[in-house]
Amino acid sequence: MTQQALRPQPRFPEQDTEPFWEATKRRELTYQTCDDCGEVVFYPRAHCTGCLSGSLSWNVSKGEGEVYTFSVIMQNYHPAFKDLGPYALAYVDLDEGFRMMTNVVGVENPIEDVTCGMRVKLTWIDQGEGEIALPVFEPA
Amino acid sequence: MPQSREAAIVGIHEYPLRVVGPGVSALQIKAASAAKALADAGLGWSDVDAVYDTGSHQSIGGLGISEYFGIKPKLIDNTAVGGTSYEFHANHAASMIAAGKCEVALLTYGSTAHSDRRRIGTGGAVGAGIPNPQSNMEASWGQTLIANYAMVKNRHMHQYGSTNEQFAHISVATRKHAMRNSEAVKAMTDLEFMGIRELTVEDVVDSRMIAWPLRLLECCMISDGGGAVVIASKEVAASCAKPPVWVIGGGEATKYRENGGDITVSAGAQSGPRAFADAGVSPDEIDVLMAYDSFSITVMCMIEDLGFCAKGEGGEYVAQGHLTFNDPRKPALNTDGGGLSSNHPGERGIYLLIEAARQLRGESCSQVGGARLAVAVGNGGQLGSRHATGVTILAAD
Repeated sequence: MTQQALRPQPRFPEQDTEPFWEATKRRELTYQTCDDCGEVVFYPRAHCTGCLSGSLSWNVSKGEGEVYTFSVIMQNYHPAFKDLGPYALAYVDLDEGFRMMTNVVGVENPIEDVTCGMRVKLTWIDQGEGEIALPVFEPA
Repeated sequence: MPQSREAAIVGIHEYPLRVVGPGVSALQIKAASAAKALADAGLGWSDVDAVYDTGSHQSIGGLGISEYFGIKPKLIDNTAVGGTSYEFHANHAASMIAAGKCEVALLTYGSTAHSDRRRIGTGGAVGAGIPNPQSNMEASWGQTLIANYAMVKNRHMHQYGSTNEQFAHISVATRKHAMRNSEAVKAMTDLEFMGIRELTVEDVVDSRMIAWPLRLLECCMISDGGGAVVIASKEVAASCAKPPVWVIGGGEATKYRENGGDITVSAGAQSGPRAFADAGVSPDEIDVLMAYDSFSITVMCMIEDLGFCAKGEGGEYVAQGHLTFNDPRKPALNTDGGGLSSNHPGERGIYLLIEAARQLRGESCSQVGGARLAVAVGNGGQLGSRHATGVTILAAD
């Protein structure tokens, strides 16, 4: 994926997801679990959405999961995407039990080569030394 | 169950133009529409004692709009849940009127989305405003609004075997109604639609792909526009100029991406049953279904989740080809031409109420014979992530 222009970036200060994005500098895909009830919390927050706990732990995902659903975008006027050709936006269900929005990359023709339920594994879009990286997925 | 007949739609107006050009503002559209709707009811500015506003345009909400209109309401509600805000507003207004807190509620909408050249569907995330965890987790993937809905359609097709040909029937029925509505025909003309005529299933499935599996003729237009609705107590309604259209039930709900959740089930699966229970009627009694057609998949989810057919059977349901105004099998769908072919300036929910009221007054361009009950069901936010679904059930006098 050649970058014509930088994609829209997460912006900080934003206290809930900053640790998640910091971890991407180490190429770690992180998610939270509640210390009290075990609920998997994603996107990151400082409170558990299952119980009333404010005690959450960060975990590193193995980066393996399956495509829940996806769309192949033909038309996006943003400069980072307008010359990219068709690309796949997806929800991926990670094996640890969380669902994230991401891209599926590394396929010739995303309409034919990506399917709901297909197994995928984590890969990264690097954005430069010391910068955050974007966790995306490719066929496993 | 006896139906509540405490509050009624007594005045309506749909702003006629879909391309206003640089000489007209969103606020001016709101005020012009409000004046027409109040005149339709036989009321004036000074009768209004409750204002409902999304605050979506020119940064003015219920506080500023009251001054702009020149009214002094005793009740202000700034509920803003995207395109379905107006079903929420109608439900809230009916409840507050029934509780005796106000007598005449004014709902207004104005937008210059087309003239502003806003690329609502394909602009991608721009990352403006104060960052929040949602925007920070979703900004970088090139998600367009259309792709968000397309992910729902893809999963629906995967999970239930629904087909593009089935989805196309929604666009076909809606366009048929649009061709009978001179304002819709003018809208398509002014917005330079190609092929302003009735559509076939083939037209839809052969149209340009925007975000697979959603094609051009499954996506709403981006127009300018606006409108207004006046809701009043039964006492006020008794002396209004037009027959009252009763608000007999309402339901509201939200839904969002959840770990392990089913994206094909909208918030309507919660708010639909709430509204039908509130009204004491069932889906098989409904004559007119005004369902927010931002995209074909939005309508599919609303039809299923409100119980017009079983979940997953919406494809077969719409493919029966019975959604048009003159088919004896009811309900008829989006008899004004919908967002697909008549009017979509960004928050279409107010038109669902307006056309439902027209039908129950006997004033529609595509009048359903003997229409007694209508449902307005809106979708605000984005169907594939966080969204709200407001349902308002209306009855003829």
